[in-house]
Amino acid sequence: MTAYISDKQIKEIKEASKKLRREILMMIHGAKSGHPGGSLSAVDILNVLFTKCMNNCPDCDKNPDYKNRDRFILSKGHASAALYAVLAHCGYFNENELMTFRRLGSRLQGHPSKKMLNCIEVSTGSLGQGLSIACGMALGLRLDNINSKVYVYMGDGEIEEGNVWEAAMNASSRKLNNIIAFVDRNKLQIDGSTEDIKALGNVKAKFEAFGWEAVEIDGHDEKQIFNAIQKAKESDKPFVIIADTIKGKGVSFMENKAGWHGKAPNDEELKKALEELK
Amino acid sequence: MERTLKSVRNEYGQTLAELGRINKNIVVLDADLSCSTQTKIFAKEFPDRFFNVGIAEQDLMTTAAGLACTGKIPFVSTFAMFASGRAWDQIRNTICYSDLNVKICATHGGITVGEDGASHQALEDISLMRSIPNMIVIVPADAAETREAVKFAAEYIGAVYIRIARTNLPDIFDDSYKFNLKKAMIVKEGSDLTVITNGETLIEVIDCAENLKKHGINAEVINVPVVKPIDKETIIKSAMKTNRVITVENHSIIGGLGSAVCEVLSENYPVKITRIGTKDEFGQSGNSKELMNFYGLNALQLTKEIIGLIQ
Repeated sequence: MTAYISDKQIKEIKEASKKLRREILMMIHGAKSGHPGGSLSAVDILNVLFTKCMNNCPDCDKNPDYKNRDRFILSKGHASAALYAVLAHCGYFNENELMTFRRLGSRLQGHPSKKMLNCIEVSTGSLGQGLSIACGMALGLRLDNINSKVYVYMGDGEIEEGNVWEAAMNASSRKLNNIIAFVDRNKLQIDGSTEDIKALGNVKAKFEAFGWEAVEIDGHDEKQIFNAIQKAKESDKPFVIIADTIKGKGVSFMENKAGWHGKAPNDEELKKALEELK
Repeated sequence: MERTLKSVRNEYGQTLAELGRINKNIVVLDADLSCSTQTKIFAKEFPDRFFNVGIAEQDLMTTAAGLACTGKIPFVSTFAMFASGRAWDQIRNTICYSDLNVKICATHGGITVGEDGASHQALEDISLMRSIPNMIVIVPADAAETREAVKFAAEYIGAVYIRIARTNLPDIFDDSYKFNLKKAMIVKEGSDLTVITNGETLIEVIDCAENLKKHGINAEVINVPVVKPIDKETIIKSAMKTNRVITVENHSIIGGLGSAVCEVLSENYPVKITRIGTKDEFGQSGNSKELMNFYGLNALQLTKEIIGLIQ
């Protein structure tokens, strides 16, 4: 882990993200179901986080350093395709397994399952619970004097859940500066615009009012992502990165369309999307 | 004769502190009810391992889940109503689906919550908890059984729900009591009918069986503290002997112990079963003794009802 990221590295990350986007779309197409919109808005951050910022442990419990690994919780569990693609990319399992996504008997469940896939820290899918789970992990790590970070990735629609704000209060009141949260601010939820459905307004100000340090970044700019995480690691408060993102990012006909929240591309749409991601 | 009553909640709190001295991985969480649940005893002795999350039961469960992910053994307490109702999704989707080692010790179960009334009387908690995969459900009947169930939970790896009564209860068991996850306990042998119960109603059923004896009715009394996994064998064997089963519980007749017994017997040895508990209704305010009488759960009412049922 370095505190600096070079232009060459950024170029590599961008290439990898393109590959990850192709895999995400193929997985969802193959499963004939899944969530492309929120997976494509999340994948740039997940890629930078897992490959450049996190102390992760692809060999899991065989690694003597296992207990010191950074933890990751995909609180918006429906972006599972993005997480699986990134985990395979990092060597947690073979990329060949990706195409079993959402099939009967697969370890790659529709929403991440700890029971099925042991590198998943905790099962998610029912929204709003990840931040609170992160508080528990952060407390447990602190009791054991382990300096690992707990990363938790939330959707913006997800923060409509009250459990998130219960946890936000808990984190600041216990000064859990080992938590680094993301809000994937793609501004869309299933039924439409977040601002039409339950206006989220100034998310940064909301978290700050709850005692957090918060920054806003472009969630598709690798350098901004990297720098924000570096800053978060040094914070003496729980830290949230509010990432301005585009739902469906990278595929022209999916971008900024709520309709692509939970719909698989058909053969023709997949072909077109893969062309754009060459 | 007046019996000496013991606070089972205090027994819970003392047992937690005792366990805390033995195992430093035990942590305790509460949601602003640590005086009522008696987790304050642990909190006082181990302030660093006690987390009061405030009035936030969902946060309570998911924070406990996170602690379990790091190898801690969280004991979580609040009222049964809020533990099982307010945070059911967190228990199902985060604790049980991830198969996490979280112990939910919910106090104030049942109608005997008393004066607080229906909003605080969990009559559905056993039903709600029993339906979740990976969850063990225990309803202890006195201080000794509470203590041993809590000790069992600390040893067992996985999610456990223990319902702890608000009321003070007489001792039924002595210090030789051994908790057995797999085995229900025949408290009194009999041949005319089987009465199956647990928790606060066990003492009432024991007294009821004495009353029945005076009427020439010889009831077998079975204590089933573990509602899940339920001991089928003991229940089936007793039903084969008496051919008449009555269940008694401080809970709705929908989904609790009575339902569990019906499931076992209808599939294995169908006999006539009557479920006694609260009906499909909410509770109300009153003192716990009045309520037990009003809802037909004390020895006097049970005796009357059972005589009516079998004659």
